[in-house]
Amino acid sequence: MSRNDLQGSLDLLVLKTLSQSGELHGYGIVLHIQRASDELLRVEEGSLYPALHRMQQSGWISSEWKLTETNRKAKYYRLTAAGRRQLQEAEKSFEQLVKGIRAILRYA
Amino acid sequence: MSMGRRIRNLFSRSKLEQEIDTELRSHIEMRIADNVAAGMSPEEARRDALLRFGNPTLTKESVTAADAALKADALWRDLHYAARQLRRSPSFTITAVLTLALGIGANVIVFSVLNALILKRLDVPQANNLYNIVQKPHGYDNQSYPDYRDYQALNTSFSATAAYRIQRAGLSTGKTATKCWFYEVSGNYFDMLGVQPVLGRLFHADDEHGPNSAPYLVLSETYWRSYFSGDPRVIGSTVEINKHPFTILGVAPRAFHGTELFFWPDFWVPMVNEQQIEGYDFLSKRGNHGIWMLGTLKPDISPQQATDNLNSIARQLAARYSTFDDDLSARLVTPGLAGDQLGDASRTFLFGIMLLAFLVLLAACANLASIFAARTADRSRELAIRLAIGSSRWHILRQVLSEAVLISLMGGLVGTLFSAVLLRALTTWQPFAEMPIHVTVVPDASVYGVAILLSVASGLLFGLLPVRQIWATSAAQPMKSGAQSTTLFRRFTLRDLLLGVQITLCTLLVMSSFVALRGMVRSLHAPLGFQPQNVTLAETDMQMAGHSDDASLLIQQRMLEESARIPGVKAVGTINQPPLGTGGSSSPVYPQGTTEFRTSNSVLTAKYYSISPGYLQAAGTRLLAGRDFSWHDDAKAPKVSLVNDTFARKMFGSSDAVGRRFMTGDKSSYEIVGVLENGKYDSLTEPPTPAMFYALAQSTDSDTTLVVRSQLPPSEIAPALDRMLANIDSSLPFTIHSWPDALALVLFPARVATASLGIMGLLAALLAVTGVFGMATYSVSKRMKELGIRIALGAQPVQVIRSALGRPLALLLCGSATGLLLGTIASRLLAQIVYQASPRDPFVLAGVIVTMSILGLLAIWIPARRVLRLDPAPLLRED
Repeated sequence: MSRNDLQGSLDLLVLKTLSQSGELHGYGIVLHIQRASDELLRVEEGSLYPALHRMQQSGWISSEWKLTETNRKAKYYRLTAAGRRQLQEAEKSFEQLVKGIRAILRYA
Repeated sequence: MSMGRRIRNLFSRSKLEQEIDTELRSHIEMRIADNVAAGMSPEEARRDALLRFGNPTLTKESVTAADAALKADALWRDLHYAARQLRRSPSFTITAVLTLALGIGANVIVFSVLNALILKRLDVPQANNLYNIVQKPHGYDNQSYPDYRDYQALNTSFSATAAYRIQRAGLSTGKTATKCWFYEVSGNYFDMLGVQPVLGRLFHADDEHGPNSAPYLVLSETYWRSYFSGDPRVIGSTVEINKHPFTILGVAPRAFHGTELFFWPDFWVPMVNEQQIEGYDFLSKRGNHGIWMLGTLKPDISPQQATDNLNSIARQLAARYSTFDDDLSARLVTPGLAGDQLGDASRTFLFGIMLLAFLVLLAACANLASIFAARTADRSRELAIRLAIGSSRWHILRQVLSEAVLISLMGGLVGTLFSAVLLRALTTWQPFAEMPIHVTVVPDASVYGVAILLSVASGLLFGLLPVRQIWATSAAQPMKSGAQSTTLFRRFTLRDLLLGVQITLCTLLVMSSFVALRGMVRSLHAPLGFQPQNVTLAETDMQMAGHSDDASLLIQQRMLEESARIPGVKAVGTINQPPLGTGGSSSPVYPQGTTEFRTSNSVLTAKYYSISPGYLQAAGTRLLAGRDFSWHDDAKAPKVSLVNDTFARKMFGSSDAVGRRFMTGDKSSYEIVGVLENGKYDSLTEPPTPAMFYALAQSTDSDTTLVVRSQLPPSEIAPALDRMLANIDSSLPFTIHSWPDALALVLFPARVATASLGIMGLLAALLAVTGVFGMATYSVSKRMKELGIRIALGAQPVQVIRSALGRPLALLLCGSATGLLLGTIASRLLAQIVYQASPRDPFVLAGVIVTMSILGLLAIWIPARRVLRLDPAPLLRED
């Protein structure tokens, strides 16, 4: 995934990741996206953080400082109720986008 | 490890940002750890981690921006950063804050006065619908009582109209009377204004049943407290006003002080009882214009409709009472400023001063803008580095702007505090001992609003000017170190322009205040028509002790005889009311043989006075032709008069008037026996005004001013006069003061104007000095090394100074010249505000040139000395 990817899709990936794993720090989210997409989607790791903070400002996710298994201080994010609703909407609109694109591709 | 520290350094910022740092750092460290676990060397692991992460600075800024997007946090963070920047250069901060404080303070003060005087309404309910009804020609602000009653009965535009008049009388509870200032008002006055008593009751329209039917009195809260020590038992008791009994009905609320903004009366009495107090019945005299009329507009009527309505009534009255009302007309003005007398005079002046204050602030902004531009230039390396490591221009701009706004807010705060202190002093100050006048200028919300607005606007103004520099900064600049400082001084920069503008503005201001000051000085030295030096006045109204006009004559004659006997007294005389005092009346003058005494048939309107024989010597008024009065000019002798030169010229076309005759509205004919020099009667700035003087014995008046000329100081004459007067009638209250002191009231506007213009000029001068000084010091400090090389190479001091300070000096010259030119144009405007202001005055031109040269020298002196004392050796060893 390039740096100038549609913001919406990055949000969707983050929200989906958090909904599946419950609680994760930023690095964990990056790893999860890479692993789950079979290394197809590679996020420029730093660009994740502005998105995380923006989503937190929007109230979709909340954060908490915790220690990792290796005793490192890290900020863990989890989905809020509002985030769960946002995820549903984002998934729906993404499905429609994909449907639309697929329809066009079939025609062409 | 050095690499680790470098990563940390990238993130070292304020506490607020530390969380973000920690989060991003932990991400990178986790990646490194994973990489190492996957078998990379530590060095490789780190490089890979940073590569995957992308630009950390940029990321951090975006994260910060994301965090701030929905919070006021961003502003706070920028202000916090700005505050830290400012703390690092306290001298710059203090100078900037003080400069702005002066500029904003001056504006806040002037605006407060403007607000209090012109924008603010009276402190009564429904003040917005309240108007004074005055006559159309400016200066004719009074109505006669019969006209007022007709307007009241016939108009359809006002829900209520009331009348009031300010008077002075003696109030006594026992034997001796004290002088008081009070309102005579129509019965509905309080009800119309919606005033409720704090004690007892007020009087109403139904208390009036014709002349002298309502001997009641309502005290002001302040007077009740000071004179009756706040005793509630005075309600219902009887006091004497000018020896007539009046019953105290109640006390008005503390905040209510009548319908004039700056006048605090002691009490209110019904106007129908004025004859008892004044000994003169004006209620039935249509020709006597002495009351102010106030009206509450009906809700659905516009001021214009009301004016039309009143004017159509005025035309009816003119037709019916052609003798007195044939030029009656109506105009509505905002109440509270003595009809429109004060408003008329102060509006232009205040707006003029406001403009000057605004220019001061503008000059201050220009000053700060050039300092800011210099600072930004100094920081161009830092800015370039920040750009190079990925900070955005917008971000840097925001920080520079927050610095500017922070400074301007602090300046605004200091300026407002400073002006609040000054205004508080102004409010508690009573400029005239004789009259209960307070200039209450209490800053309200709109004043503070203006202060904040001015602060932020000026902050943005001088903060935005260096923007171009920030945009022009290229990230590559830090590579070419050192080269910039020399090239910067070759071209004509923004800073030079700003300094030029600033000096132009300052010269303009200095010149304006010079023009105004000269005008003032001249008008103060204009002939008054009398010599106030060495004269002591004793003022009273015999009416206060119950004496009628005719009965007063005997007492006045006794006063004259006895005061002439006081050792050291050179001349004595009386006049009913001294010229340039608080009173004085005028009357239309008709040519001999007039039969129809309507105003339009009159030749002129003249001030008139009653004087005793000897007044002319005592007052020092020159007799140009003819003779003075004698005591033989009495009620049995033919009526005679003295007139001034303007009267003679206007009436007869030449000063040769002795022996000629004129008539007045009461159909009596006067023979002119003498012509006097011109004088000032109402104000210093009035044009030559006709005046006539009647013989006291032919035109008796209980109003008495004893005029005593003596070489002895007033402090010795006053006690002797006091004893003598107490002997004659101990119950009569007198005010004894020197004539120059008595003139304080009439000199007051001139003094205020001179002081305020002077202060503006001083502020401007201060700004000019700091501006040139700052620029010169800065340019010298930037070029120390270059100048050191020149000196080492053998340059003469003059050459060095020319190269170091030539630019500021040239700017000073150009700016001053432009300022002088603009000042000459602006002074034409000023001439309308300040009497006798002329920009072509050689004193003004010389004054401005000398002042600006001195200011220039002052400002250049210290930097020049620094250049001359420059020791090249250590400078060249640097770097």
